[in-house]
Amino acid sequence: MTSLTLTDIRKSYGTVDVIHGVDLRIEPGELVVFVGPSGCGKSTLLRMIAGLEPISGGELRIGGQRMNERPASERGIAMVFQSYALYPHMSVRKNMSFGLETARMPRAEIDQRVQKAAEILQIVPLLDRKPKQLSGGQRQRVAIGRAIVRDPQVFLFDEPLSNLDAELRVQTRVEIAKLHADIGATMIYVTHDQVEAMTLADRIVVLRGGRIEQAGTPLEIYNRPANRFVAGFIGSPKMNFLETSISRRIGSDVALDLAGTQLVLRNGDAAALGVRPEHLKVGADRGTSLGQMTVTHVEQLGGQTIVHGRFPDQQPIVATLEGQNSVEAGDLLPLSADLAQCHVFDAEGRRAAALAA
Amino acid sequence: MSVNEAPLYRAPLWLRFKGQLAGYGFLSPWLIGLFALTLGPAVSSLYLSMTDYSLMSSPRWVGADNYVRIASDDPRFRAAMNVTFTYVLLSVPLKLIFALAIAVLLNKGLKGLNWFRAIFYLPSLIGGSVAIAVLWRQVFASDGIINQVLMAVFNYEGPSWIANPNTAIYTLVALAVWQFGSSMIIFLAGLRQIPTDMYEAASIDGASRARQFFKITLPLLTPVIFFNAVILTIDAFKAFTPAFVISDGSGGPIDSTLFYTLYLYQEAFTNFRFGYASALAWVLVAIIAGFTALAFLSAKYWVHYDD
Ligand SMILES: Nc1ncnc2c1ncn2[C@@H]1O[C@H](COP(=O)(O)OP(=O)(O)OP(=O)(O)O)[C@@H](O)[C@H]1O
Ligand SMILES: [Mg+2]
Repeated sequence: MTSLTLTDIRKSYGTVDVIHGVDLRIEPGELVVFVGPSGCGKSTLLRMIAGLEPISGGELRIGGQRMNERPASERGIAMVFQSYALYPHMSVRKNMSFGLETARMPRAEIDQRVQKAAEILQIVPLLDRKPKQLSGGQRQRVAIGRAIVRDPQVFLFDEPLSNLDAELRVQTRVEIAKLHADIGATMIYVTHDQVEAMTLADRIVVLRGGRIEQAGTPLEIYNRPANRFVAGFIGSPKMNFLETSISRRIGSDVALDLAGTQLVLRNGDAAALGVRPEHLKVGADRGTSLGQMTVTHVEQLGGQTIVHGRFPDQQPIVATLEGQNSVEAGDLLPLSADLAQCHVFDAEGRRAAALAA
Repeated sequence: MSVNEAPLYRAPLWLRFKGQLAGYGFLSPWLIGLFALTLGPAVSSLYLSMTDYSLMSSPRWVGADNYVRIASDDPRFRAAMNVTFTYVLLSVPLKLIFALAIAVLLNKGLKGLNWFRAIFYLPSLIGGSVAIAVLWRQVFASDGIINQVLMAVFNYEGPSWIANPNTAIYTLVALAVWQFGSSMIIFLAGLRQIPTDMYEAASIDGASRARQFFKITLPLLTPVIFFNAVILTIDAFKAFTPAFVISDGSGGPIDSTLFYTLYLYQEAFTNFRFGYASALAWVLVAIIAGFTALAFLSAKYWVHYDD
């Protein structure tokens, strides 16, 4: 178990800056998930930690030691690639033992480690097969096995589940969580799937454009998103943003507390009200009434009903209703919400504390 | 409906053929070429190889006599075999190694890769030509560039590499190796096929550059190596022009550059022993077929195929 410290980590390709100074401390044994939209720099950051990509600026410490100049093999890390990157000409056993043989470990210990990892991952019967004779899920396990045998301080995963079908994804996700609980190593996991992020992470790091937008536990991120981007990125369907402007309290400003700083909204300023679809209720009397929604489209998921529609001022709105509802396009639904679960964002997207707070 | 059921109606043969006639029509230029220029001569040479045909007289059937003489009583055949095998066994591996080494260097992401690729490929385009063979003769002559450099740098007076029976064949091997370009292009394409994350995984596994090359690059490249080796071997057995030009068609000095094809050519067109030359040609076919078969048989022990 090892900690990682990233101090003002930067990356540029020629004159193009892709990571703009990332500060992050990862505690020993923590499972941290990097999420963010495509191209935000998740892989780049992970690959700099792995030593596959030179670090342009800042300092990386693993277990307190500066790692910037160390080659990948000396950083005590193991990486699971999205493509698995198994050696196609080697058997599963050989794939798993290659790194240990390279390190000139005694044969008996190699065999023992491979056997143990194979048992954990239940791939013992596959040990003598070639990667091409395995299914996607089995290849994934071998890739994880190859990481485990090295007994690394830190596991790095770059979208390891994105090539699997939905069912296998859920199953493997659970197994990775179990693996983390069992071996307790520090893990960094990259994904753009927010469900994976929410379910796996001790802590989520939301990235955008090479910067950290917010880092926190899944529920912190869900309940107290730092800004409009994070609020919209985490949660499905995504949070509704109702564009408004400050009109009450004519003559005085509204001062709001934003993560310790004061956010002042002046009369006439644009602002947005953020409400998650699952926090909207049907009925004028269930919280604060927001208005009438004209239903345009209904998605029945069985356990939930997702209703798409518009408010009278044509702003789109989505509501998730519990259970099966006989709602149809054209219906008028009065919506209300608990203001304690709503958020206010200023024109720059910064979040004010929840309204009632 | 079962697959075995007979169809209710089948068009008569002539009708079906008529439908395909246009297809054969379009194929005809190639078919004519195949029958008139390739298969025809091949079959007739097989027949001639069992006669004593010599242009002057009509062919007389001699059975296996020509083959028996080749196998038991032809010192020049043995000389030609010697020269040809030396040439094949030296030039093919050297060419492979050269081509692979340069391809690996170019694949490192050199600036101006396209230029280098073109420059290295150039000898392959022009190397088989008579002009280059003539040039080669100058380069290795007693007052050629090689010896001038040896004189200037080491103050060593080199022999006439081409006139010396001990070294003449090696100048031809060098000429062949110099034309590594087309194999190199194929190697480059093969190297491009190897995913970079394979090397990333290996570098995390702690494998050095050399270990990565021998444990990853080389095994994953074996299908390409195999392909190149087979093509180069067949080509080397058939080599003719350079030896012909460098020795003025004699295969000298003292038969030291008497390539198999050159000997065959002399038998046919200098000595007009067409029957014997035909037999020589078929022996060469058998040798090449044997080598190729060996290569394919060995492939399953060392060539890694992805599927
Ligand atoms: N070799 C390179 N040269 C220039 N720019 C690069 C290079 N590699 C990546 N980038 C840029 O760096 C940015 C971050 O890329 P990165 O692969 O880290 O994104 P990502 O968050 O992993 O995206 P995805 O979810 O699609 O995998 C992108 O804008 C990309 O265009
Ligand atoms: Mg990525």
